[in-house]
Amino acid sequence: MRHLLSTTDLTQDEALSILDTARELAQVADRPVKKLPTLRGRTVVNLFFEDSTRTRISFEAAAKRLSADVINFSAKGSSLSKGESLKDTALTLQAMGADAVVIRHGASGAAHRLATSGWIRGAVINAGDGTHEHPTQALLDAYTMRDHLRGNTGSLEGLNVVIVGDVLHSRVARSNVWLLDTLGANVTLVAPPTLLPVGVETWPCQINYDLDEAIVKADVVMMLRVQLERMNAAFFPSAREYSRRYGLDAQRMRTLPDHALVMHPGPMNRGMEIAADVADADRSVILDQVTNGVHVRMAVLYLLLGGQEA
Amino acid sequence: MTVLKNVRPLGGDIVDVRIEDGVIAQIGTGLEAAEVVDGAGAILLPGLVDLHTHLREPGREDAETVATGTRAAAVGGFTAVHAMANTDPVADTAGVVEQVWRLGEEAGYADVRPVGAVTVGLAGERLAELGAMADSAAHVRVFSDDGHCVSDALLMRRALEYVKAFDGVIAQHAQEPRLTEGAQMHEGDLSGQLGLRGWPAVAEEAIIARDVLLADHVGSRLHICHVSTAGSVEILRWAKSRGISVTAEVTPHHLLLTDQTATTYDPIYKVNPPLRSPSDVAAVRQALAEGIIDIVATDHAPHAMEDKECEWAAASFGMLGLQTALPVVNETMVRTGLLDWTEVAARMSTVPAEIGRVSNHGRPIEVGEPANLTLFDPDVEWVVQASDMVSRSRNTPYAGMVLHGKVLGTWLRGRATVLDGVVVEFETV
Amino acid sequence: MTPDQEFLTDSDIHRAVVRIAHEILERNRGADDIVLLGIPTRGVHLARRIAVTMAGIEGREVPAGALDVGMYRDDLQLRPTVALHPTVIPGGDVTGKTVVLVDDVLFSGRTVRAAMDALNDVGRPRAVQLAVLVDRGHRDLPIRADYVGKNIPTAREDDVQVTLAETDGTDAVRLVRAGGK
Repeated sequence: MRHLLSTTDLTQDEALSILDTARELAQVADRPVKKLPTLRGRTVVNLFFEDSTRTRISFEAAAKRLSADVINFSAKGSSLSKGESLKDTALTLQAMGADAVVIRHGASGAAHRLATSGWIRGAVINAGDGTHEHPTQALLDAYTMRDHLRGNTGSLEGLNVVIVGDVLHSRVARSNVWLLDTLGANVTLVAPPTLLPVGVETWPCQINYDLDEAIVKADVVMMLRVQLERMNAAFFPSAREYSRRYGLDAQRMRTLPDHALVMHPGPMNRGMEIAADVADADRSVILDQVTNGVHVRMAVLYLLLGGQEA
Repeated sequence: MTVLKNVRPLGGDIVDVRIEDGVIAQIGTGLEAAEVVDGAGAILLPGLVDLHTHLREPGREDAETVATGTRAAAVGGFTAVHAMANTDPVADTAGVVEQVWRLGEEAGYADVRPVGAVTVGLAGERLAELGAMADSAAHVRVFSDDGHCVSDALLMRRALEYVKAFDGVIAQHAQEPRLTEGAQMHEGDLSGQLGLRGWPAVAEEAIIARDVLLADHVGSRLHICHVSTAGSVEILRWAKSRGISVTAEVTPHHLLLTDQTATTYDPIYKVNPPLRSPSDVAAVRQALAEGIIDIVATDHAPHAMEDKECEWAAASFGMLGLQTALPVVNETMVRTGLLDWTEVAARMSTVPAEIGRVSNHGRPIEVGEPANLTLFDPDVEWVVQASDMVSRSRNTPYAGMVLHGKVLGTWLRGRATVLDGVVVEFETV
Repeated sequence: MTPDQEFLTDSDIHRAVVRIAHEILERNRGADDIVLLGIPTRGVHLARRIAVTMAGIEGREVPAGALDVGMYRDDLQLRPTVALHPTVIPGGDVTGKTVVLVDDVLFSGRTVRAAMDALNDVGRPRAVQLAVLVDRGHRDLPIRADYVGKNIPTAREDDVQVTLAETDGTDAVRLVRAGGK
């Protein structure tokens, strides 16, 4: 593994090795000294073209726990608004000696472009590119499922995962579909047809327009954030209709099997895709997802930077 | 006086062709002259005519100029090109089209026929002075808002009607704007996976369907730019079967490349209309073979480096085409047995000249005809390199690909613009 | 071709484990506050065997755990990424304890250095001792084992291969001479 750009690039063995490594690294969080010397002298750049405080902080904590030097480079809007180009930014980072670049960008494929352009030599970690992928989010989701439902070991063979909401614009959904399939889970996407991409029938998952029908056998229900602006582009008529048909409220939650988890990649629209009492329910593992994000990102940084250069 | 020895006009028998005073003076064997070019059995074609070229001047001389673009045209075997109107300022007045035409005359590498904008500033709101452009020294006959669709049905109807007065044609860039807001690539299985907003085939097909009906209703000539989908082909087939006066072009890149290229996220493959699915590619090839699609036009679209060395969404649409058009047609149509050289000459020279009303181009290779000629060796194998592009820009999507065939020589009214595959440098007057 | 030499058989290894167990008890005057921490992977099994033997002698449980040192190595950039193993600290803390680190082969000493760094991050032991099944020499660092099963003279390029029943099916130590394969 040289970069982490897409969960489609991961074999099951590679994905499991990330989850296993994250599991071992999670122990460190319980120790009095939470820092490991592993990446001492290595430089990790957080290159964020979009605001995402939670993702940036998670990567920053992960890198710092591994003793890497962290540079936060907020280049919000720079390329598309004709400021400094991605290329020039990349060349600058290369000149500074970045060993890894964690990139968040509003354009799909930006991480891929950075990794394959020859502009930089370091490892590239995709922290969300447009409406394409967000692989570390999918990995932390898989980690959370495995931790709660599979004793934090082995694959997710046979696990029923229902992903609900704006699949069309969701990088989290894409990364999760590929990764969960690789790990053996059965994924069902639930959304209004307007919020499913053309060609979704070729993805390794089931499609269901009916949330009530889909969640009865779910082991995990993952609610995606829905942006209200979508209403203006005629993706759905109103917030009320959306939340009635595709939101998870307490009444719907009661139809879930007892062991089933409720997940959300955040930030949540309480009252829209998820009711407040559902978000705060015992079966909701949304804060565990945040905690596990640090472990998974430590694992990714370790596996990309912890060995000799490929 | 020049003799082209051992050439095969339209792929026929080997002959010698003598050029004198800008016309074909003699065709025979054993001809001699002071200046001799040995074709060694290469194909002799009428000089190619491109109905769709972006020369970028005025406005983006950093990407291309009339001079550099026509040199690229000559190397590609073209003797006439139609310069699209989306310059800065837009070619929507007699003044701008005459300027572009004059720059072509001065450069001398190919006849430049400016395309006039249909609407002022390509804004799609009111008609440009089409008559003034037609009457100007540039003799504009093709009008297009290329890059933008004339999406207003009433405006399109009026434009179709209005140009009848001077035998003009509206070349429509068929793209329903609302269906393609923010579109980045062909809408299909890959766009969903790649998270790039889709450009659905129906956005092209809906406009073509509307416009052939309009053209039928008002009895006007309609030309469809860069047809890219199988569905468009079916609409054109239907329209032609009804006798509607519609012609259509396909670009070399839509004959060869597919949306699979987008998986690289390299915007060198970003073009409008987008590269389509393999079944669309098969359909447009078949349509070109059958004549449902009448011609090949390059949509040569030079872009400065910084407009391509960036994120996909930030990059400009378009790719170079002039220099590689004939090799790509050779690769996709001739070597596959879909077209012979007579048909290639029709689709890349005769018919585009007819659509554009370009006299003295696209003529038969006969004694007394203007010596606008292209000599093409279809067998030579080469690896395309961006640095080999004669254009001022380097955005060829074929870099690294092996293509067959190279233009050996091009003659414009008897004057060689390209010899041994290399641009002939003219003495500056 | 030099044939592989089997330096220790399964019964040799058994005797070495028993002897090391006795030596630890003797040196520390019993098993009070002793924690055995094996370095993955084979050190963990050796630590467990020694602990079981000590328990048999003392008639009481002797704690044994595991200490992964992968993240503390100083040669990470020189080798492919290594998989991590669980760290298991019996009782959750080593502060005030006497920790006996257990590994299969002592060579350059770098693994033991990494282990001492790792140990530092999980607490402050009263003392740290080192037990190894094989000491093959060629130290890069000033490190010495307190308990050694067998000293084997080797060339730096030779390979010492330890197999244990728990991981490999059989107990044995073999010396593969450089160029012997």
